This record gives sequence, structure tokens and C-alpha cells, in this order.
Amino acid sequence: MMTTAAPILAVDNVHVIYGQSILALRGITLRVNEGSIVALLGANGAGKTTTLKAISSLVRAERGRVAQGEIRFRGDIITHADAAGLVRRGIVQVLEGRRCFAHLTVEQNIVAGGYAHRPSRRVLADDLDRVYTWFPRLKQRRRTAAGLNSGGEQQMIAIGRALMTRPKLMLLDEPSMGLAPMLVEEIFEIIRNLNRREGVSFLLAEQNTGFALRYADHAYVVENGQVSAHGTAADLAARTDMASLYLGAIATD
Amino acid sequence: MQYFLTILLSGLLAGVMYAMVAIGFVLIYKASGVFNFAQGSMVLFAALTFVTLTEHGVPFWAAFLATVAVMIAGAVIIERLVLRPLADRSPLTLFMATLGLSFVIEGLAQLLMGTDVHQLDLGIDDLPLDIAGLQLSQFDLFASAVAIGLVVVLSVVFDRTRIGIALRAVADDVLAAQSIGIRLPVIWRIVWSVSGVVALIAGLLWGARQGVQFSLTMIVLKAMPVLIIGGFSSIAGAIVGGLLVGATESLADIYIGPLVNGAVSNWFAYILAVGFLLIRPSGLFGDRTIERV
Ligand SMILES: Nc1ncnc2c1ncn2[C@@H]1O[C@H](COP(=O)(O)OP(=O)(O)OP(=O)(O)O)[C@@H](O)[C@H]1O
Ligand SMILES: [Mg+2]
Repeated sequence: MMTTAAPILAVDNVHVIYGQSILALRGITLRVNEGSIVALLGANGAGKTTTLKAISSLVRAERGRVAQGEIRFRGDIITHADAAGLVRRGIVQVLEGRRCFAHLTVEQNIVAGGYAHRPSRRVLADDLDRVYTWFPRLKQRRRTAAGLNSGGEQQMIAIGRALMTRPKLMLLDEPSMGLAPMLVEEIFEIIRNLNRREGVSFLLAEQNTGFALRYADHAYVVENGQVSAHGTAADLAARTDMASLYLGAIATD
Repeated sequence: MQYFLTILLSGLLAGVMYAMVAIGFVLIYKASGVFNFAQGSMVLFAALTFVTLTEHGVPFWAAFLATVAVMIAGAVIIERLVLRPLADRSPLTLFMATLGLSFVIEGLAQLLMGTDVHQLDLGIDDLPLDIAGLQLSQFDLFASAVAIGLVVVLSVVFDRTRIGIALRAVADDVLAAQSIGIRLPVIWRIVWSVSGVVALIAGLLWGARQGVQFSLTMIVLKAMPVLIIGGFSSIAGAIVGGLLVGATESLADIYIGPLVNGAVSNWFAYILAVGFLLIRPSGLFGDRTIERV
């Protein structure tokens, strides 16, 4: 199943502990090849979010830590790197539930994503324009408070805000959550285009297996903090008849 | 009627001073969720540093800037020694830490600068001014102008600058702010610094009024009802709360005081605050969530 392209991300046998004792990941191993879209599937509580947060180092903001294992980004060990530093190096996470800054305007939300690199005003304005080209709808709504926008628009704000960090690898946590199928389609199309035209690699956690497998190149199934199956998206999609074996509740979707 | 208006206005102007102290609280509370009990001590420390410098012959603006530098240094030290080690502890732990901090700051002030009462002259007399038949204190008017200036500056900073927007981002969602590379320690150093400068301004105004002395730390207790009424997380709330407390306090003193034979202003604000707690626990401008359902 291994391809020869160089991995942009390599996660090896990662264990994560929250607090003193909650073992949320028990040895996750996965690869994201440069320029690919990889899906992380699994039931509620399987460990998808924790995997993404382990990579972005945001677990530490939740009193979690990588207790064992190794994470590499383009060959460099980043297991214990600090979150802000990783953003500058090109890893950005879009959190589950979008988490826009509700009281800030749409534009302020997006622009805030650009601060990490301390860009000049011009660079910031150019990057903002680029985000508006991807999400024209946000330009119309730029002066509204982010919290007053619809779920789909908020997902776009969150992705646009993350794009401002100029990521090489984007970690997307359940982008389809709570969205109507048409909107999910729209979001996934944008992800695919970002991947093809801007060369951003994606690792996305999804419970919406159908959509995720349609757009991903590779997929990993997480169960109980471990990878229980993986392969090309096409292979896994062909195995959906046995989905109940490893996808748990999702099979009934 | 004229008399009533005079009382009301002087109350409102006094309320401006409460609002200044409350704003310092709100800044820190919004950006880090910490209820900073040491705000009163910071007011004392700043004012004391300033008068000590001027008494040693340092000119006004040099003393002001030096004190600003001291407050910023203090913020950096507090972030490193108190906030960072306690980063993800409970709000109660952090509150206790600021309680301890208030004793440390007061002890330090006493150690370095003594316990004498200092007169502070900002060059503005506290004379009554007759404006359209209303008797208003010149000093109160000056204090209000300073407060208005401060609020305008703060709101421009919060709405237009990168630092301001980053601060509000952290206030809205700490994890999301971290996810785009905003560094919390930097944000904390900045808000504590700004709070320190607000404390300095409040300390100068209060100190000019009643002398720079240890009882300045007690204004932290006066800020409490202001915060309960206005809501802990809103600068607008701190201002409205301050004005409300100031106005009702001085009106109550005149109109209710004689009935109960005593100074009502010592406790009236607390009664008001308790009333608010019963009716509107989140305060006038408390954290209403912006959400589309
Ligand atoms: N901050 C935390 N503190 C303690 N335990 C946590 C924390 N976050 C997650 N967990 C636990 O870690 C395990 C994995 O959770 P995680 O959120 O990674 O799952 P998930 O696959 O993202 O689930 P979902 O589909 O519901 O989002 C769960 O048992 C969860 O209870
Ligand atoms: Mg999750």
C-alpha cells in the first residue's frame, strides 16, 4: 500500500495521554504524501480529533501530551514542537465545529489568520484577496459578525482563516459536520481545488465516510486510538459492505 | 431641579473614576479569563512609583514614561512567574494567585517606597466650576476627559490594529486563536501591560483626589459592584456600570442619607449590585453569545 512519493507527514506509533491517565491514542501510525488528501475515519471517540491535535501540538492546550511515538513533518521531528511554531512552518488545523471568533467580523477573522508570519500590510491584503477569490461569498459578508453567519459560511471562514497562514499541510476536523449535503459538496470541491491548484496537502477527519472516500486519495480507519484499517480510498470504498466491522455506527449513515 | 442635576452630574463624573479601575479588570478578564484581584495594588504601585519619582525631581512626563516602563516590566514578570506556570489551572486557582500577587505588590511598594501618604498635584484644581448654573468640579471634568480619551484609544486599538484584533480573538476562542499561531504568553504580556497603564492613569486621578496612599488598593472593592452591574467582559459595561454606581451613589447620599441618618454611599453600590445579581446575573453587557440558531 505504500507509495514511493515522499511523505510530508509521518506519524509513528503515537500515544497520547490527557491529564494524568486518559489514554486517548494507543499507537497511531499514518502517512500523508506530499500533495495528497488523506481521510481519517472512525466512530465517535475513536481518536480522530486527538490525532490531529497531536500533530498540531494543540493537545497541549488541553492538558494532553504525546507520551510515546514520533511525528515528522518533511523529515523533521515535530513531536514536541510548539503550536505557534508549527503554524509558521506550514501546519494548520481547522478545528472541529469551525470555532470562528464570533464577535469579530468575517474579515477580521480571516485577517487574524495571517498574523503568524508578521506580514507587511500589502502581503496581508494580497493574501486576503486570494482567500476572497476562493470564497467570494465571504467578501459580501465581510463586515458582518462571524457568529451571525450560517454554518456553511462559518466553515468557509475557518478554512479561509487557516489559508491565511499559508499552509503546506491542512488538518481539517469534520468539515461536513452539521452541513446540508449540497454545502458539504461545495466545501469538498474547494478542498480538492486547493489541493490541486495550491498544492496544499490535507489530512481530514470525517464521520461522513461517503464524501470523505470520494475526495480522498488514502484513508485510515481509527478505532480505539489505533489504526484498524487503511488503504487507498478506492479500496476502502469497495469494502463498504463490511463497513460495520470497522466503521461502527457510521455504516448506518 | 438644578440641585438634582448638579448632584447627578457630579455623581456621573465620580463614576468615571470607578469605570477606569473596572476597565483594567475587564481587559485582563477578557483576554485570559483571570479575575485580577491585584488590580487595586497595581493602581497603588503605579501611583506610588510616579509620585516617588516626581518627588525626587523627575519631570512629569519622564516620570510618567518611566512608570509605564515599570508597569510593562511588571507585566512581563507576572506572565513568566505566575501566569505561565498556572496556565491551565482552574479560574479559582488563578484568582487565588492574583490575591497572593496583590500582597506581593503591596509589600514591594511598602518596601521600596514606604508607607507615607503623598500629595499628588496634577496641576488641575478641584474647584467648582459654574456651567449653565450647574456646579461641577473642574477636576472631575478633567478626569472624564482623560477617561473618554482612554476609551477612544482603546476602542481604536481593539478594532483596527493587529494586536487589538488578536486580543479579541483570544477573548472569543483561546484554542482557535492558538490554532492560527497566536501565542498566548505574548497576548498576556500585552494585556497586563495595558492594564498596568490603565492602572497608572486611574491611580494618578484617584491619587490627586485623595492622596497617594495604601487605601488606594481599596478601590478594587468599589470596582466590584461596577463589574457586577456592567458585566465582567465588556468595556462598555464597565463604563455604564461605573456611571450608574457613581450617579446612584451620590443621589442616594442626598435623598436617602438623611432618612437613615448616615452615609449611604459606602454601601449603596453593593445593594445595587446584589439587585443586579438577582435580576441580571451576567450584568448589563455580560457575555451574550453571538449565535445564529
Ligand atoms: N480534552 C480531553 N480530555 C480528556 N479526554 C479527552 C479529551 N479529548 C478527548 N478525550 C478522549 O479521548 C478519546 C478520543 O477522543 P477524540 O475527540 O479524539 O475522538 P474523535 O474520534 O474525534 O470523536 P468525535 O467523532 O466524537 O469527534 C475519547 O475517549 C475522548 O473522551
Ligand atoms: Mg472529533
